[in-house]
Amino acid sequence: MSSAFPERRATSLLPAVTAICAIACAGGDARRAAPPVRTLRVCADPNNLPFSNQCGEGFENRIAELIARDRGAVLSYTWWAQRRGFFRSTLGEGRCDVVLGVPTTFERVLATSRYYRSSYVFLSRRDRGLNVRSFDDPVLRTLRVGVQIVGADYANAPPAHALSRRGIVANVVGFDVYGDYARESPPARIVTAVAKGDVDLAVVWGPLAGYFARRQPVPLDITTVAPATDGVLPFAFDISMGVRRGNQALRDELDEVIHRRRADIDAILDDYGVPRVGAPGES
Amino acid sequence: MPARNHASTRFSEQDQINTGSVSGLKLAWTFSTGVLKGHEAAPLVVGDTMYIVTPYPNVLYALDLAHPGAPVRWAYKPKPAAAAQGVACCDVVNRGAAFAAGRIFFNTLDDHTIALDAASGREIWNAQVGDINHGESMTMAPLVVKNKVLVGNSGGEFGVRGWLTALDAGSGRVAWRAYSTGPDADVLIGPDFKPFYAQDRAPDLGVSSWPPDMWKIGGGTVWGWISYDPDLNLVYYGTSNPGPWNPDQRPGDNKWTATLFARDADSGQARWALQISPHDLYDYDGVNENVLADLTIGGRTRKVLLHPDRNGYVYVVDRATGEVLSAKPFVHVTTTTGIDLKTGRPVEVEEKRPGFGKVVHDICPAAPGGKDWQPSAFSPRTGLLYLPHNNLCQEEEGVQANYIEGTPFVGANVKMYPGPGGNRGEFTAWDPVAGAAVWKIAERFPAWSGALATAGDVVFYGTMDRWFKAVDARTGVLLWQFQVGSGIVGQPITYRGPDGKQYVAILAGVGGWSGAVVSGPLDTRDGSSALGFVNVMTDLPQYTNSGGMLYVFGLP
Repeated sequence: MSSAFPERRATSLLPAVTAICAIACAGGDARRAAPPVRTLRVCADPNNLPFSNQCGEGFENRIAELIARDRGAVLSYTWWAQRRGFFRSTLGEGRCDVVLGVPTTFERVLATSRYYRSSYVFLSRRDRGLNVRSFDDPVLRTLRVGVQIVGADYANAPPAHALSRRGIVANVVGFDVYGDYARESPPARIVTAVAKGDVDLAVVWGPLAGYFARRQPVPLDITTVAPATDGVLPFAFDISMGVRRGNQALRDELDEVIHRRRADIDAILDDYGVPRVGAPGES
Repeated sequence: MPARNHASTRFSEQDQINTGSVSGLKLAWTFSTGVLKGHEAAPLVVGDTMYIVTPYPNVLYALDLAHPGAPVRWAYKPKPAAAAQGVACCDVVNRGAAFAAGRIFFNTLDDHTIALDAASGREIWNAQVGDINHGESMTMAPLVVKNKVLVGNSGGEFGVRGWLTALDAGSGRVAWRAYSTGPDADVLIGPDFKPFYAQDRAPDLGVSSWPPDMWKIGGGTVWGWISYDPDLNLVYYGTSNPGPWNPDQRPGDNKWTATLFARDADSGQARWALQISPHDLYDYDGVNENVLADLTIGGRTRKVLLHPDRNGYVYVVDRATGEVLSAKPFVHVTTTTGIDLKTGRPVEVEEKRPGFGKVVHDICPAAPGGKDWQPSAFSPRTGLLYLPHNNLCQEEEGVQANYIEGTPFVGANVKMYPGPGGNRGEFTAWDPVAGAAVWKIAERFPAWSGALATAGDVVFYGTMDRWFKAVDARTGVLLWQFQVGSGIVGQPITYRGPDGKQYVAILAGVGGWSGAVVSGPLDTRDGSSALGFVNVMTDLPQYTNSGGMLYVFGLP
């Protein structure tokens, strides 16, 4: 197995991930013993459901399998935590040829056409009946609002920007998007905080909200943030696959598969509860 | 220790190599580290052994100076977790090892501090002090003070809460830990805390200068340099920038980020604090070196620390009290108009404040600052501080999508560009009493190496376009240079070998934040990567490849 995480210490990432996988599934190595005709080399996070994990349980894993089967290729993974430097260390250093999820406008890769478009959503317990749809709802000034925060990378989640530019700060609870990597699917903590009532409401990226909301003991409401932009700030993003710049051939090949297998890809996204929105003017 | 002494002067009494003889310097021997990432460490010489620590995978080599060609005496391979590479913000660097009482101490990228027997390389203790699962890494060089090994964490970009930790040198057990944010009890602020400025005297400012709970992910990591004054028994160090970006998310001063601390070396209790950049807007970490010197200012001798900050000013601070005696700009500065000596605070320029969706041009210095981590040297013979530094500005325009953990983010599109004059780096001899430059040498790229001053009145530094240089300490005249194989971002040292001769050593191997375009390697077509640094470094690959190599020079 091509692993970015040698097994060395109880504190390294792999043992924790392995333990989770051992319970959740029986073996996760996507490579087969048969001599490969062609290999589709994918870099993915080993512990980041609903997107991917080392057991192949994420929707990006499923879509990668779909593509590999379609092209008569076998799949090989390089597992690498998707943190700062991910693209530099993976596609950039030639460890793989494709990363399954990137924003279509992402400059560091050559992106395919989008295979889905999702949005940030408001997430709250159904029994609260909050029905918040917009950042201009005055109730956001009094509720405890959960939002994911990244560090000093001159970037932040759009909801964090939207709240701070309205001066909504003191009642905001920041969740580290990286979370505790020793635990399963670290970014999920913001969703469980809503279910447990630690926050009244959270603004979460759609795929994360859709997947984990189904797994909470209480029903949660998911409402797409409207309008879809706040000045120059977008809440909805087109998501593509990314290949190394210059690898036009692979990009074109993936584009063709995305187009032809549209219905199959949509079915996988539906399985994972990924909320989809139409492009501007489409929906 | 990498800085030569507890005062961090990087000044050596060696004078065989001097302004008269330096032109005869010849290559004596070399050693390849086999690592391609940025080599920021200082070699360490103790007796007849040289110790070098490589970037990740952090191999520690002991080289035998008593034998021709300096064969490897032993090598220690800690095998840090590969995942640690994913939490290093700006290349997987290491800034060096320290020696005390027969032991070598160094940090690994995956948050272990390790003590080795200096003679045999045997591991004596191995202490895990941080957790990569929370985004912490370690890149700094430890400082040993009395019986304690002082270490700090990196990872402000990941919402890490910064700390300085003292480990018992004998056992590796934690003696004390001082956090940079949070309640006074966590920051080790108690009855002995006597900050000079009134705004720093209220209780629990590490909590109240933040929105609720934001201090828990507030940054203030300790990845730079530590100094020590044995007479005052105080250790000095700076903390990094606050998180998160954007700054509107954290109204308040965000204490104690971008702050200089003076702490009792035994208890860790804070004596004073000076926040250099309250509510930092520009990623101006406060981690740069604090050089301890006794200077004659206004007719009397003052015990000061010299702190050339990212924000572009050289601070002269009374190191007993934390009073700013002067702060003068050493680079072109547009973000502030000066430092108010009544409060110690910078006077900010409103129109340069970044804001989401706002276009801000001509932000000087850029995020890597007037000077980044690259340590300066101070010569008591000339009274000058020798500053390797940057000459970079940046603009923030438009909105760019980014993606991490499967979640899209957006931020300002940051592009750096050369400051006035067009040279991206500079090497400056600075008179800290006058608060003015005495001479300057323009460099094509940011001067990202450390500096070394000697009693021979020669100053050494290296450049990213592969020159290792010796200049006259009084005039800046170039006396000697040698073209090494890869760009230099390391720290030069000098030592007297077992043969009684003086040598000068430098690790070459380009990388670090500035050199990531080569060691990454990053795509030069994407100017905004490495936080906009690539935009201003696109020609670096024409001047250097990656590759770690030690060079040692001597007189024939």
